[in-house]
Amino acid sequence: MQSEKVITAHELTKRFGDFVAVNKITFDVEKGEIFGFLGANGAGKTTAMRMLCGLLLPTSGQATVAGFDVYKQNEQIKKNIGYMSQKFSLYEDLTVSENIRFYGGIYGLSDAHIKEKSALLVKQLHLDGQEKTLVRALPLGWKQKLAFSIAIVHDPAIVFLDEPTGGVDPVTRREFWGLIYEASARGITIFVTTHYMDEAEYCNRVSIMVDGRIDALDTPANLMKDYSAASMDEVFLQLARKAVRSGD
Amino acid sequence: MQPVVVENIVQNYSTKKTVVEALKGISFTVDRGEIFGIIGPDGAGKTSLFRILTTLLLAESGKATVDGFDVVTDYKQIRNRIGYMPGRFSLYQDLSVEENLQFFATIFNTSIQQNYELIKDIYQQIEPFKDRKAGALSGGMKQKLALCCALIHKPSVLFLDEPTTGVDAVSRKEFWEMLHRLKEQQITILVSTAYMDEASLCDRVALIQKGELLSVDTPKNIIGQFKKPLWAIRADEMYKLMNDIAADPAVESCYPFGQYHHVVFKTQEKRRQTLEEIAKGGDHANVEIKPIEPNIEDCFMALMKD
Amino acid sequence: MKQFLIFVKKEWLHIWRDRRTLFILIWMPVVQIILYGFALTNEVKNSNIAIFDQSRDVASLAISDEIAASRYFNLVKNVYSYKDIGATFRQGKIRMAIVFPQNFRNDLLHTNSAQIQLIADASDPNTANTLTNYAQSIINDYQQSLNQNQQLPYTIKAQVRMLYNPELKGAYSFVPGVMALVLMLVCTMMTSIAIVREKEMGTMEVILVSPLKPFRIIIAKAVPYLFVSLVNIITILLLSVYVLGVPIVGSLWLLMAESTLFTITSLSLGILISNGAKTQQSAMFTSMMSLFLPTLLFSGFLFPIENMPMPLQVISNVVPSKWFYIIIKDIMIKGLGFGAVWEETLILVGMTAILLGISIYKFKIRLA
Repeated sequence: MQSEKVITAHELTKRFGDFVAVNKITFDVEKGEIFGFLGANGAGKTTAMRMLCGLLLPTSGQATVAGFDVYKQNEQIKKNIGYMSQKFSLYEDLTVSENIRFYGGIYGLSDAHIKEKSALLVKQLHLDGQEKTLVRALPLGWKQKLAFSIAIVHDPAIVFLDEPTGGVDPVTRREFWGLIYEASARGITIFVTTHYMDEAEYCNRVSIMVDGRIDALDTPANLMKDYSAASMDEVFLQLARKAVRSGD
Repeated sequence: MQPVVVENIVQNYSTKKTVVEALKGISFTVDRGEIFGIIGPDGAGKTSLFRILTTLLLAESGKATVDGFDVVTDYKQIRNRIGYMPGRFSLYQDLSVEENLQFFATIFNTSIQQNYELIKDIYQQIEPFKDRKAGALSGGMKQKLALCCALIHKPSVLFLDEPTTGVDAVSRKEFWEMLHRLKEQQITILVSTAYMDEASLCDRVALIQKGELLSVDTPKNIIGQFKKPLWAIRADEMYKLMNDIAADPAVESCYPFGQYHHVVFKTQEKRRQTLEEIAKGGDHANVEIKPIEPNIEDCFMALMKD
Repeated sequence: MKQFLIFVKKEWLHIWRDRRTLFILIWMPVVQIILYGFALTNEVKNSNIAIFDQSRDVASLAISDEIAASRYFNLVKNVYSYKDIGATFRQGKIRMAIVFPQNFRNDLLHTNSAQIQLIADASDPNTANTLTNYAQSIINDYQQSLNQNQQLPYTIKAQVRMLYNPELKGAYSFVPGVMALVLMLVCTMMTSIAIVREKEMGTMEVILVSPLKPFRIIIAKAVPYLFVSLVNIITILLLSVYVLGVPIVGSLWLLMAESTLFTITSLSLGILISNGAKTQQSAMFTSMMSLFLPTLLFSGFLFPIENMPMPLQVISNVVPSKWFYIIIKDIMIKGLGFGAVWEETLILVGMTAILLGISIYKFKIRLA
């Protein structure tokens, strides 16, 4: 793996009035890495992610995503990233192929390219025959997998995943991670947040946010050693328990 | 008389084009003072089941009783005596903590003082915020408030539908500790969850998937029924390892489980040697192989496949 | 450009797949045009009138015939005393009465002038004006015809008397209409939204699983709006009297009582709507479409009902605000008592009972 940095962040901060949501976080993500971005609710994860996606302007600090500056070049950032969240990803009242075509078009893919990708996607996800099914009729697990595949339809440098596997059955969850591994092997960098601590263990490196700061950043193996923990769950609990801020 | 008895409940719902079988004939019973977990992913039928038992939904067929009362004909008695916490936050966002609690106490013909002892443990954690609007609380606090409101009238059976979804890990843990303390009060608790690891915190569980029960038993017994030996293996290149193992014809399943992959073979023989061969064949470095005891998730996944 | 087009295509698909909204988008303008084009008109025709002919001579009968034959007027009654006229107006049966004095023709022949009295119900000042103008023009025509071969012209003067609203203030018909509209809006729409909000937020589930009887839930939802409405009524009345100069001629208590009744009718409607609606948006939409607009159009305060084609007149009978408007006008503007409005009151009571009955019966004690 080249150690080309797909994300750099230096003392990145976001203030809302007096409230410091993200407090001077500093970290890098390398190309092709699966980077787990963890933290309790209210720790500042979502705000940080939004800044990196070009959706929110930071208050201070620097950051680049795919080589583009988050302050001045957020249009370029948006063209070079993919995004998927648990809450919204696809249009429920459009069919599978309509969704693919729409997002492909939005990302600027040519018609021929969209067609090719579409066929590939359908095959890979075993959705043959379901191209004209409305997304709302698909089971949750398939929706999530489809959403992920569409998020990377344009082969972005990096894809941001916001709790992509909530509520899905354990087999589908793992199939989803199979797709993630495969994307990573293709050179797409994965930036993922999750509540499932065993998923944290699939990541190359993990950062844990507490009260707006990054309190831990290392490989899962090292973290477990440092905190004398048998699992990432235990590491997380130790860190999260120290949190002053849990939304109260 | 058992607090909850379910016999062959069937539930369908129809969308525009098809009829979906949400529950395909579910039967189980719950013992008094038990924490009974309904474990399964989204869409398995947990919420439909809960709504039927709390008399909010009529089943197509089958029978169910709560404290001996039939959920269809005696719904009024049931509604007077159970506590219910539905899936998403369902308290009044623009009322304060105290106002919410008072409201629920009053509609159950009781008062906060009357059953304070019961909720004291939990309420004390949110009492400092009692004038704050419920909508402004964090996820964990909302959960605690909702639990208090469900308990304030000393229900005989408590129905909690996915109370820990969307809540952070610390609050989740605290919540289960609270549930265990409630057991001492002889309250029967039915709780549903999509988190497999929470199964081990229950006295007995029902594993549910696509409207069917995969198994109903104590977590220990379910694990005990997992007959095939389970292996854990890790190496430096986990993704490649997984593909290599899955490709082997002797392997039934290989799933990633965090730091290790869990491997199940098609036949009962112990297969350390097979794994070593696969690892060597794939040029894997830093290989570690060990036999392990299955957890609930392993069992769920194996049962899902059958 | 391609990105733009694909987005447009997507939006089109969304609209096309939401059949219900599409249906309304296409059909609503059609319905509106037809309604406004044909049915609803300010043009006055077929207004009910009565004639009190104290002379019954050739002239008076000739004028009466002309008037009766005119498409503007519909002669419902010949009356035989002023008392009769008063009673007929109070019953709301006519909009105008035409009175010929005794010896009408004689006066005309011997003094070359005579008078006809036009008494109009000015609680709707615009209509009153229009009707008296029409009548006057018919009288003038007759006068012209008499004067054809005359040396000394005859003059027939019309003496106009506007009942209830001598200054022809527009507010007189406006205030009762607004009251009906406001009550309908506050009570129906807000109540239905309040109940449906409970369903949408998920709290309805929790309170259903409690000893609280569903019937009590409904009433509890409605009561605050009852109070808000009373405040609204008082405010409107205060403004009408002190700012707009519209008097309350009749009994204030009767007015309040009837308003309260209408409030309850509106609340019942709100409850009924909430039973069917799943989201606040659809509750609001249904309230608007099925109540607010009909109230506006069919209560009679913007467009007189007798000017509408027959089918629409029949429909207007089902709109509660039509009856309320009559009641309010009778009490407030005409100063009439319960004796004059008991029929309309009974109709409202009946409607309320039916609506409440259906709502409570159909209230969903389960989620599905």
